[in-house]
Amino acid sequence: MFRRHGTHCVATFAADEVRVLRKVASEVVGLLSEGFDHEDPVVERLFPDIYPEDPHNSAEFRRYTEGDLKTSKIDQAGAILAVLPGDGGGEVRLDGEEAEAWLRALNDARLAMGVRLEIKADTDLGEELDDAVLRDPTSSRVFQLSVYAYLGYLQESLLNALVQAR
Amino acid sequence: MVGMAAPQVAPVETPGTDEMPVADRAWVTIVWDDPVNLMSYVTWVFQKLFGYSRDKAEKLMLDVHHKGKAVVSSGARERMEHDASQLHAYGLWATVDKA
Repeated sequence: MFRRHGTHCVATFAADEVRVLRKVASEVVGLLSEGFDHEDPVVERLFPDIYPEDPHNSAEFRRYTEGDLKTSKIDQAGAILAVLPGDGGGEVRLDGEEAEAWLRALNDARLAMGVRLEIKADTDLGEELDDAVLRDPTSSRVFQLSVYAYLGYLQESLLNALVQAR
Repeated sequence: MVGMAAPQVAPVETPGTDEMPVADRAWVTIVWDDPVNLMSYVTWVFQKLFGYSRDKAEKLMLDVHHKGKAVVSSGARERMEHDASQLHAYGLWATVDKA
C-alpha cells in the first residue's frame, strides 16, 4: 500500500503484486488497442454516450473525442507499466503527476473488472468472495474478486498518500 | 460508489456559476452513480477538475451516491462537453443535457 514520503507516494510491492499490476494494466492496454470493440460492455462503461437519448449527437461527439480519450487511457495504464519493479518485486516512487496517472489507471482497471464481475451497488465484496471460495476456491472468479478488492485498497491508499498535507 | 476512508484535501474556492448570465447556463453536466468508483476518489475528481471546495465536492459526491445522479457543472454546451470528456478520462460516468 502507498504512503507519503516527502513529495512522493511510495509503495513496496511483493512479487505477486507486481505480477497482478502488470497483468491488469496490460489487459487495459489490450482492451483499448487491438481488442477495442464498441459492443464490449467494458468499452461502453469507459466511453459512455454523452447524450444517452441522442445517438446521433453522441456518435458525432465520439468521432471527435474518442481517439484522444483512448490515447490518454492507454498512456495512464502505461504509467503503471513504466515504473513497476522487476518480477522479484520492489519499491515504486511516484511524483504528483505519476500518482494521478496511476489513480486514473487503477480506476479504469477496477471499472473493467467491475463490469466483468457484475459488481452492483448492493454487492458485498466479502460475501461474494466467501461464496466463490465455497463453490470452488481455485476458480478464476475467486482470483478476480480478490484482485478487484486489492486494487480498491491500493487506489484508496494512493489517494490518501497523494492528498496528505505535508 | 463505495466508501473506504476519508481523504484529507485542502479546500480550494473558485467562483461559482451564480454570476453567469442565464443564456450561458443553458446546459449541464450530469454525473451518474456507479457501483465501482470510490467515494473519496469521486470527491477528489470534483475538486481537481472544477476547483470546488472539499465541502462542495463532497456534497455533490453524496448527491450522486444517494440520488443516483447530480449536476456537477453548468454553462455553454461546448464547455459541458469538455467537462464530460474530462470526467470520462477520470472514469466517471458523465452525460450532458439541457438545463
